[in-house]
Amino acid sequence: MQEINLKALQGEIKAIAATEGNQRTRLINVVRKVQAAYGQVSDPMIDLISEALSMPRIEVEGVVSFYHFLSKRKLGRMPVFLNSSAVAEMMGLKEVAAAFEKAAGIKFGEVTPDELLSLSWTSCIGMSDQEPAALIGGLPFVRLTPEKVFSIIEGLRSGKSPQELVEKLGVGDGNNAHPLVRSMVNNHLQLSGQVLFSSFTNGAALRKAVSLTPEQVIEEVKRSRLRGRGGAGFPTGMKWDFCRKAQGGEHYVFCNADEGEPGTFTDRVLLTEKPELVFEGMTVAGYAIDAEHGILYLRQEYQYLLAYLEDVLEKRRTAGLLGKNCAGKAGFNFDIRIQMGAGAYICGEESALINSTEGRRGDPRDRPPFPVQSGYLGNPTLVNNVETLAAAARVVENGAEWYIVFGSGQSTGTKLLSVSGDCRRPGVYELPMGLPVRMILAVVGAENPQAVQVGGPSGTFIAEKDFDRKICYDDLSTGGALIVFGADRDIMSIVYNFACFFESESCGWCVPCRVGTRLLKAKLEKINQGNGTLRDLAEMEQWGKIMKSTSRCGLGQTAANPELTTLANFRSIYQHRIKEDEYLTGFDLKTAVAEACEATGRYLQDE
Amino acid sequence: MSDKIKFLMEGKECTGKPGQSILQAADDNGVYIPRLCYHPDLKPGGSCRVCTVNVNGRNMAACTTPVADGMVILNETEELRDLRRALVEMLFIEGNHYCPFCEKSGNCELQALAYRLKIMAPRFPYMFPERKLDATHPAIFIDGNRCIQCGRCVRAAEEVDHKPILGFIGRGVAMRIKAGSSKGLAGVEIGPEDACVKVCPVGSIIVRETAYRTPIGKRTYDHQPIGSDIEARAPES
Repeated sequence: MQEINLKALQGEIKAIAATEGNQRTRLINVVRKVQAAYGQVSDPMIDLISEALSMPRIEVEGVVSFYHFLSKRKLGRMPVFLNSSAVAEMMGLKEVAAAFEKAAGIKFGEVTPDELLSLSWTSCIGMSDQEPAALIGGLPFVRLTPEKVFSIIEGLRSGKSPQELVEKLGVGDGNNAHPLVRSMVNNHLQLSGQVLFSSFTNGAALRKAVSLTPEQVIEEVKRSRLRGRGGAGFPTGMKWDFCRKAQGGEHYVFCNADEGEPGTFTDRVLLTEKPELVFEGMTVAGYAIDAEHGILYLRQEYQYLLAYLEDVLEKRRTAGLLGKNCAGKAGFNFDIRIQMGAGAYICGEESALINSTEGRRGDPRDRPPFPVQSGYLGNPTLVNNVETLAAAARVVENGAEWYIVFGSGQSTGTKLLSVSGDCRRPGVYELPMGLPVRMILAVVGAENPQAVQVGGPSGTFIAEKDFDRKICYDDLSTGGALIVFGADRDIMSIVYNFACFFESESCGWCVPCRVGTRLLKAKLEKINQGNGTLRDLAEMEQWGKIMKSTSRCGLGQTAANPELTTLANFRSIYQHRIKEDEYLTGFDLKTAVAEACEATGRYLQDE
Repeated sequence: MSDKIKFLMEGKECTGKPGQSILQAADDNGVYIPRLCYHPDLKPGGSCRVCTVNVNGRNMAACTTPVADGMVILNETEELRDLRRALVEMLFIEGNHYCPFCEKSGNCELQALAYRLKIMAPRFPYMFPERKLDATHPAIFIDGNRCIQCGRCVRAAEEVDHKPILGFIGRGVAMRIKAGSSKGLAGVEIGPEDACVKVCPVGSIIVRETAYRTPIGKRTYDHQPIGSDIEARAPES
């Protein structure tokens, strides 16, 4: 019986591999398809995939075990991934999680006996302005309440599809109601600026670009002083220039749509409302660096946008904005494909993203070589963030002079902010660069906040004394996230949430990040249990600095920021939780030996 | 392009060759930069970070950073010594390292480095993880307890043995080395002469029945600290 099944399985998996041309570089697509078809990628399936793609088994298993949404163990036919972000915790995650467990009759990490449902945790899914949120059967369900959870689970049990349940709960605004999206997600686009969310005529930037030489296009982007919108702020024009000049191989344009920084959801709204502008930016970049291939790396959490985005691409091909002789420019051939991720924060790091696209584990690479020199399959590769490419398209369309009017100093243009937490108007704002935090807080309706997290967990936790600091590259840089914490919020539990996030998202490659994230988490547990001492605070600072100065990539270098920035700006909160001793045992002796005492019948003598 | 690269190491003028990493160039000049995941026969891994040096004011891994003209490199500052101690201590507390009865004792690079760096006790609390032992193979076993995730075996299997039979699974603190078969080591072609077995710096990949062929007292690091061979390359001044 088993053998017959295996035979059938072999045929099916061969067929799946064939849909990806049996190419090992498309391993992520193959394992995602297997996961979708069988609810797991089991050991025998790993064997068969490795056989079908003629690649080492260990590489397949390595990939399956790396990404959140792939599982060796069988998940339910309707897997539930509830996101555990700090904002979700603030908005009632605990009650919603309990409702899931009660309604499904299982705990997190388990599967129902009928294999219909499984409950799992996942990191931020980019819905911080509409928490708590979960992915159910691949679709986002937002603004969850215990009542909604019960009705969703009941609906799934009665055979309704996740899509039918979404329709019943009501679809969101803007293109979330597009026939190819039909999602209950809301844009909450609170403020449109003049660069990204103003009206845009398809092809306008591209036609302008092809009327210039590639060098002139790059020059225009350089003059605009546009810098990478993911937060790191590398000058975009310079990156394009490096890539154009890089020798050897075909050139590639990647659009990084793997926004995984908790509290960041600007790309989601841009891709929902302005996908043409993003694709146009990729095409302009393709022209500038002499590339024929563009790849949009889309995080799995945003899979609900895939059919819609594919349709936008198809329409651009029909309109002559993609394909051979783009925008009528003889000899300029460029097309775009979408690569799905499979759940990993680290894949937002450009070299990890490239590894993932090559069908590998999402470990970052060593530099040099930089991706612009040797990236995707060893070719010169330009990786830009979604917002950067959209802004670049507008720069080329309207000129650098037009662009630098928005913003200030070395931080030109507008910046998208995704605001969440304790404020009256959470959502996406397009604002000029350089505004003080205090002004933004007034705009979003945040009253008397205790703290603001700028740039997500890897960014900076600031207190009232710093609210006059500005959002720009020279001061507070952010990929978009701005999380507001009201006066009643427990900062320590938020920091702990971030520590758990980094521990679970560390790729594990380098020692300081792999071990350090676990150590910091343990320290916070010790403090939260009332066993912290002065020495623990000092050690957290020392250990955080070790991680910062020795980690291999940005994740490890910033993973201690929640602790370091709160120790700097909210020290009194820690001091209230600790004992003013230099040293104290890290555990409670009575609790630790209680079981042994019970077993032996011998008890500790009170001193 | 000149075929000689001039750089300053600890204030001393040194020369390197184009294409060399800082670590390789330092080796040639008889300067030992502590390291664990690096192996001269393999591409650098950049994972242990023990070879972190200060280059023109910034900390960088010596094994993955190409040496360049005019670099000012510091190797023996108190800050770097402490960072390296911390990294090695992290490896001790992350796994289960039982030096007193480990068959690799005296030949173990982790242990030798701890001695060289004068580590007395780790500053971090032990994690006491549950790690697996793959003893399915008649000649070789992998003990996860003593593995430091340096990836040398993975690289050696691919680059030297040309059979990618080992790799990483899981991620973060749960990342482990594993053999590429559902049957474990027994399911892959591996032998005591393979580079992937020989390059293990610790007591994780062990060839059975060889443990005490070299008696304690006559092992690699019993008399000379790790790195002495490299320091012996220093030109007479």
